[in-house]
Amino acid sequence: MSIEPLWEVFIRSRRGLSHTHVGSLHAPDATMALRNARDVYTRRQEGVSIWVVLSSDITASSPDEKDEFFDPAGDKVYRHPTFYEVPEGVEHL
Amino acid sequence: MNDLFEYALRLGDDALIAAQRIGEWIAAAPQLEEDVALGNIGLDQLGQARSLLQYAGSLDGRTEDDLAYFRDEREFRNLQLCELPNGDFAFAMARLLYFATYQHLLYDELRSSADETLAGVAGKAVKEVAYHVDHATQWVLRLGDGSEESHRRMQAALDALWPYTGEMFESDDLVQRLPVAVDPSTLHDGWLERVNAVVDESTCERPTASYQHTGGRAGRHTEHLGYLLAELQHIARSHPGATW
Repeated sequence: MSIEPLWEVFIRSRRGLSHTHVGSLHAPDATMALRNARDVYTRRQEGVSIWVVLSSDITASSPDEKDEFFDPAGDKVYRHPTFYEVPEGVEHL
Repeated sequence: MNDLFEYALRLGDDALIAAQRIGEWIAAAPQLEEDVALGNIGLDQLGQARSLLQYAGSLDGRTEDDLAYFRDEREFRNLQLCELPNGDFAFAMARLLYFATYQHLLYDELRSSADETLAGVAGKAVKEVAYHVDHATQWVLRLGDGSEESHRRMQAALDALWPYTGEMFESDDLVQRLPVAVDPSTLHDGWLERVNAVVDESTCERPTASYQHTGGRAGRHTEHLGYLLAELQHIARSHPGATW
């Protein structure tokens, strides 16, 4: 029902991984949102932990700001750690 | 008739008929999320029904499909509570609260049954049913303690179904002489305590009706079961042996 607020759902699929956004749903409150998320998004053992967040509590970047937010990173290749040679014999790097 | 067959049939028929009624909510629930939630719950019940009817059938030389699709109304052993038409959403949640709380207590006891199959089915089902109780509880609390209209409907549903709750706890010769069965009369006090706690918190009044319907375990049903079975069985009966 549209009078119920929208919630964003985040699921951790395995221990050690971080929660990932999987979708959204409607629910009257946080308790029901968590249960709805369990029913809608973990039917096939997709997760071991669920977060729900009110969509209205999320501050998102705007598509209008794309130029100043993201484009300046486009030509700064030196930000990528690709200019180092890994010394021989070094493991786990 | 074999006692164990009859006992497995009672539990299996409860779950089968409950699954059918819950399934009727899919695409008709108040919100899409609830369609999925009730779909999950109905399928849990159907899974329990299949295990129990397979087991009953194995004692009797029949298959689960023989038992589900080719028995008539008077041969079904389910509680009348499970077969009543759906009514409104408050009615569905009141029924789920009453029935799942009973099933949870039952399966919890049945886990330690000396019958390995029954204990195995109960061990798996008890976790499923714990969630059904929780789901019903959440809604009874919200509807009871919600708007004036939702409170009125929740109270009406709790009251309307109360006369069908006594049947769950009826003891009889069969459950008393079958050592692997749980005598349901031993579950009543725990059930009442748990249901009352939810009803109180929901701000509804505890139902007080004293008259209790009976007869499901003996195959005497309300007029509604025949229609339910017609829908459940008609394809299997129109096309016997069909596969898809």
